[in-house]
Amino acid sequence: MKQHLPWLALLAVLTAPMAHAVEYRTVLPKQSTIHFEFRQMGVPIKGGFKRFTTEMAFDPARPEAARASIEIDLASIDAGSPEADDESAGKLWFNRSAYPKATFVSSRIRALGGNRYEMRGTLMLKGRSREMVVPVTYTPGASTAVFEGGFVLKRLDFGIGEGMWADIATVANEVRVKFRIAATGN
Amino acid sequence: MRYSTLAIVLHWLVALLIFATFPLGLYMVDLPLSPDKLKLYSYHKWIGVSVFLLVAIRLGWRLTHTPPALPDGIAAWQRRASAVTHGLLYGLMIAIPLSGWLMSSAKGFQTVWFGVLPLPDLLDKNRELGELLAGVHKALNFTLLGLVILHVGAALKHHFIERQPFLQRMGWNRKART
Ligand code: HEM
Repeated sequence: MKQHLPWLALLAVLTAPMAHAVEYRTVLPKQSTIHFEFRQMGVPIKGGFKRFTTEMAFDPARPEAARASIEIDLASIDAGSPEADDESAGKLWFNRSAYPKATFVSSRIRALGGNRYEMRGTLMLKGRSREMVVPVTYTPGASTAVFEGGFVLKRLDFGIGEGMWADIATVANEVRVKFRIAATGN
Repeated sequence: MRYSTLAIVLHWLVALLIFATFPLGLYMVDLPLSPDKLKLYSYHKWIGVSVFLLVAIRLGWRLTHTPPALPDGIAAWQRRASAVTHGLLYGLMIAIPLSGWLMSSAKGFQTVWFGVLPLPDLLDKNRELGELLAGVHKALNFTLLGLVILHVGAALKHHFIERQPFLQRMGWNRKART
């Protein structure tokens, strides 16, 4: 038995990374998307952001240690039409010259069971920040994992659409945001 | 001889709605983006779809009924011209709302009639196609404007210059019925 010990030790060392699952750190921007949807005169309008950078670390074995932060370039917006894209830059909307980016930084991630998680964090938009609770599902793949989630934000909480645009009968207050982030392990 | 009451009611209702939608369309397109502009676009689309439905009923009536005969003494070329004009008017009253609906789909703005009834988007969102259809919508509208002027002008000429009892054909006065 004694002479087997070194072999067992070696086996333990070799299998350790397998027992300790991969940590997802490298985000694949081409496979990641941020979309949103809102209602205008009762009509659903779809949009999204084409450029954003995500930094994350997620180890399914230690979800409480996970973190994520996203920085969105607001100039990359598709607000449904070219007119709306232009309009969204103005002072009443994003005031993009003063606040070119939106950021989200996670503060706490909690496993809900299965592949579902709850991510809390701070969304910062137009100089205003709000705590958000975001449900996220994790879908493991061969080499790439996908993290999907969404939440509803109230645009007026962030002063998005002030003055005449504060009229929520025309443009609804609720904006449904959906994201899909693809990442590979280290 | 007079058209039937249904045909007359529909004729004037559609005329009234077109006289509202047309200037509304011209006015709204040049407005800077604002909540009012979005509201007017919706109202325009709602009235336009209503016109489409009423015209569909009108066409149904027209295809199953024979309109009252024209008074004697109207030249054959004028009879032909009036038949052609009426055919084109019906065609445009269908094609204009249809082009508006398709344009809206292509531009990515679904039409929800009176904010209640969503019409299916028959086209996928496609910016170039949307702009093309906006041009089609505009061109069809100006063709309609020309034909309406011709149509109204012809009716008035027959009535007032040639003193034929013409307006009664589409009028309210029941006594005019012979
Ligand atoms: C009898 C029915 C209709 C009439 C007489 C009418 C007339 C017009 C006119 C005159 C314009 C202005 C064109 C220009 O100057 O560019 C316009 C624009 C427009 N119409 Fe209509 N329309 C009708 C139905 C509809 C319907 C049913 C829809 C949609 C469901 C619609 C959607 C639009 C839109 C979106 C524009 C703006 C185009 C742009 O942004 O360039 N219309 N219409």
